[in-house]
Amino acid sequence: MITLRKKRETFQLKVPSETKNLEIIRSFIYRTAIKAGFDSECASRIELSVDEACSNVIKHAYQMKTDNFIEINISIDKEKFVVTIIDQGKGFNPEKIELPDMMEYLAELRVGGLGIYLMKTLMDEVEYDIIPGKKNIVRMVKYFYALEE
Amino acid sequence: MNGFEVKRKDLGDVSCLYIKGFLDAHTAPVFEEELQKLVDEKRFKIVVNFKDLCYISSAGLGVFMGFIEDIRENKGDIKLTNMTPKVFKVFDLLGFPSLYEIYDNEEEAIKKYNLAE
Repeated sequence: MITLRKKRETFQLKVPSETKNLEIIRSFIYRTAIKAGFDSECASRIELSVDEACSNVIKHAYQMKTDNFIEINISIDKEKFVVTIIDQGKGFNPEKIELPDMMEYLAELRVGGLGIYLMKTLMDEVEYDIIPGKKNIVRMVKYFYALEE
Repeated sequence: MNGFEVKRKDLGDVSCLYIKGFLDAHTAPVFEEELQKLVDEKRFKIVVNFKDLCYISSAGLGVFMGFIEDIRENKGDIKLTNMTPKVFKVFDLLGFPSLYEIYDNEEEAIKKYNLAE
């Protein structure tokens, strides 16, 4: 069932950039997605995508330094569930990200680099906004209409 | 909640690892260490029982990818069993079932090792 929502709702979580906090992040995302009206399978997809994005922030943007923060914002309106993940770590050029060809990936027994592939596969939209020296923003969208198909 | 746990049981030359909880970027090193121990002991016939694993991310999948080549070069394998539908979906999404043998239960996986001898 989709909750009828007249106005936009927002939720926020800010946690230190430590892998042990991934469990808290996942719980926040999953519960909010269920409350918004997604079924368990869809909520799990959003949960995994956000885990992948935050794991990348901890590993690549903050390079495992734990004295930083990850900010996670959720915005829900009548048509979509939007998760925005913000960090102040090292930036990157999103145009240089190449999605792996999974057939080749498996045949060559490669390791790593599957996070962004999962995010792009599981979410309807994934966008990056890199402001060098200031912050990096990952915005991921899941539309409710897919539930009605 | 329950984090992650890994228990081991050796049955002849096959080693079974029972993984429980969440396998993510935080807990993957614990699982990696346990697989490394098996490799160091030259125990290459491995079964991983997923019965109590409720979550896996790419960091967890990466552990399997990190060991499979070395283990297969030593005439071993990592066979997977008792996967919940939620965890299987992540494996399936990435095409991993084409690379790893997945069985309904541990006995079937062990039987496969014994038949190959």
